[in-house]
Amino acid sequence: MPTVAPLDLEGHCVAAVFLNDVPHFALADGAIHRLDHGQKTVQANDGLLAAFHDAANDRLITGGEDGKVFAVKAGGDVSELASAGKKWITNVTAGPQGSIAYGSGKTAFVRFADGKTKEFAHPRSVEGLAFSPKGMRIGVARYNGATLHFPAAEGKPVELEWAGAHTGITFSPDGAFLVTTMQENALHGWKLADGKHMRMTGYPGKVKSLSWSVKGKWLASSGAPAAIVWPFAAKDGPMGKAPLELGTRGNVMVTCVACHPSQDVAAIGYDDGMILAVRFADAKEVLLRRPGKGAVTAMGWDKEERRIAFGSAVGDCGVIDIAG
Amino acid sequence: MSDAKTTSEAQTQIPVTVLTGYLGAGKTTLLNRILSENHGKRYAVIVNEFGEIGIDNDLIVESDEEIYEMNNGCVCCTVRGDLIRVVEGLMRRPGRFDAIVVETTGLADPVPVAQTFFMDDDVRTKTKLDAVVALVDAKHLPLRLKDSKEAEDQIAFADVVVLNKTDLVTPEELAKVEATIRAINPAARIHRTTRAGVALSEVLDRGAFDLSRALENDPHFLEAHDHDHDHECGPDCDHDHHHHHDHHGHDHHDHDHAHPSDIHDVTVKSVSLRGGEMDPKKFFPWIEKITQMEGPNILRLKGIIALKGDDERYVLQGVHMIIEGDHQRAWKDGEKHESRLVFIGRELDAERLRKSFEACQAA
Repeated sequence: MPTVAPLDLEGHCVAAVFLNDVPHFALADGAIHRLDHGQKTVQANDGLLAAFHDAANDRLITGGEDGKVFAVKAGGDVSELASAGKKWITNVTAGPQGSIAYGSGKTAFVRFADGKTKEFAHPRSVEGLAFSPKGMRIGVARYNGATLHFPAAEGKPVELEWAGAHTGITFSPDGAFLVTTMQENALHGWKLADGKHMRMTGYPGKVKSLSWSVKGKWLASSGAPAAIVWPFAAKDGPMGKAPLELGTRGNVMVTCVACHPSQDVAAIGYDDGMILAVRFADAKEVLLRRPGKGAVTAMGWDKEERRIAFGSAVGDCGVIDIAG
Repeated sequence: MSDAKTTSEAQTQIPVTVLTGYLGAGKTTLLNRILSENHGKRYAVIVNEFGEIGIDNDLIVESDEEIYEMNNGCVCCTVRGDLIRVVEGLMRRPGRFDAIVVETTGLADPVPVAQTFFMDDDVRTKTKLDAVVALVDAKHLPLRLKDSKEAEDQIAFADVVVLNKTDLVTPEELAKVEATIRAINPAARIHRTTRAGVALSEVLDRGAFDLSRALENDPHFLEAHDHDHDHECGPDCDHDHHHHHDHHGHDHHDHDHAHPSDIHDVTVKSVSLRGGEMDPKKFFPWIEKITQMEGPNILRLKGIIALKGDDERYVLQGVHMIIEGDHQRAWKDGEKHESRLVFIGRELDAERLRKSFEACQAA
């Protein structure tokens, strides 16, 4: 039986991750809480807007209203990586060789491990950032498409066009596909080898959470009263195929998804705070957490694949132990 | 489960005031007053540039105007993408402020700003548009109207017009500027000011988009004859009837706003319609069709409709193709069951609108 160790905090949880096997919860006010032999807290941004789990370096990258970027490591180690002035930092991500990227207004910044920073100006706002898993390449979600830069080299960026506002971005783990979330309740995808388009529509709400399953065989998404899970194992991705609909509930929307690190299972968080684990193969469901006070906004698996740290829009966070 | 639902739905919507106006019209002065005066409320302010706001405040957010056309084939369905993002960020930490003010650039089109608060689900759940306030420079307005469509749009779209810098013009010039504003937008409240010295209660917390309030606190629009005016004026009279103005010595100027032909450089006009009780089976298909077909030309519409066989007043308002309507309150005893509707827009065929509106009346 799964058990839940609750952690009641105040405020919107932006990220819930394990750093050095210790659960960390990043809240919108910039406080980073952790459960490390009792609850401990350190302060990152004054107003935390975005966070990215840099698993390769076991750290959380955060950006915020104070125009700063921090790296949070286990044990309460918070260090400032960058400052972009008075403007909000609205998105952050991490890439190969200790590099990070952050976006503020119309500019994307790539900061290499040695502290050298490269700026990429765009005609429109930088809405989302993601590094490709292969090579030093970064994708920027923007109005009417996405732009791919090669920060380590000179040269022209690659422009991928698709009408509409693209608000978030992710590469498939093998680097073959690029997928964006859109303002208009849809995902859009490109097969990078040939630029083929993939339209993934039919969501009743905006898609705010995406998660790739092990080896990128599936892409799970929020934005519907079920987790919508698109098949990406074939060479043309989900084209011409229907997605799985997992953990379907009558009128409660899925707000957060987090795929299991090694099995075809996803943790699915709902608007009412409920969390289910659902297996792709047979859609079998296990209740991990009963409904709580607010929508699930963040979930993260630990390395042992046994625990899930989760957070909500109003601060009722916790850790689920699947084995109990 | 039911507890959780109650909590999320009980979250109150934060009111949002949109401030438009050309560079130099006094937006910054008004913003500084909103941020510094002791009115007991805290405001988060979204600006395009920190610029001249001389106040250091964590709740001033700089944001690049980002206009998104929605992919639904409708050219007038535009929203401000940056506002969606900033409002979402601000609302993750509620309790820091009571209301939001959005300052637009001088040349900004107010429509995408307003539509953001109707078209984006997340924004609509957490916030509500309170009013659009246009600052107008009394001296430079005639020039602005000559060289731009935006100046006119800002006035046409406003709920409140702050006619500022009145000390820089003669009473005759002022009367003419006011008549021009009135010709563009007969529904807005106009306040004459110097140094943006309008009472903040006249620009904040107006409820202009709130169907239950919108048409109640609007003495010049639709309800003109029912109000406790201390003197007789027409529905287009722009005086503030609740305050005494020293500079009130002007004659009643030409109120002939229905025929703005004598005012140059104005392409927006308003069409005011009046009728008796409407047949809901005819009226609703009609208003839907009109807003579908004429949507791009309609900047704003507001109305109070008397529906045949209905004990309650039906109020509606719209922006381009977006239209909202609801029952407002029971008709009072002795209140005349009359339908009134105003369109503000371009290329509106007044005669056709009037005829088709009247054809919706109940037999």
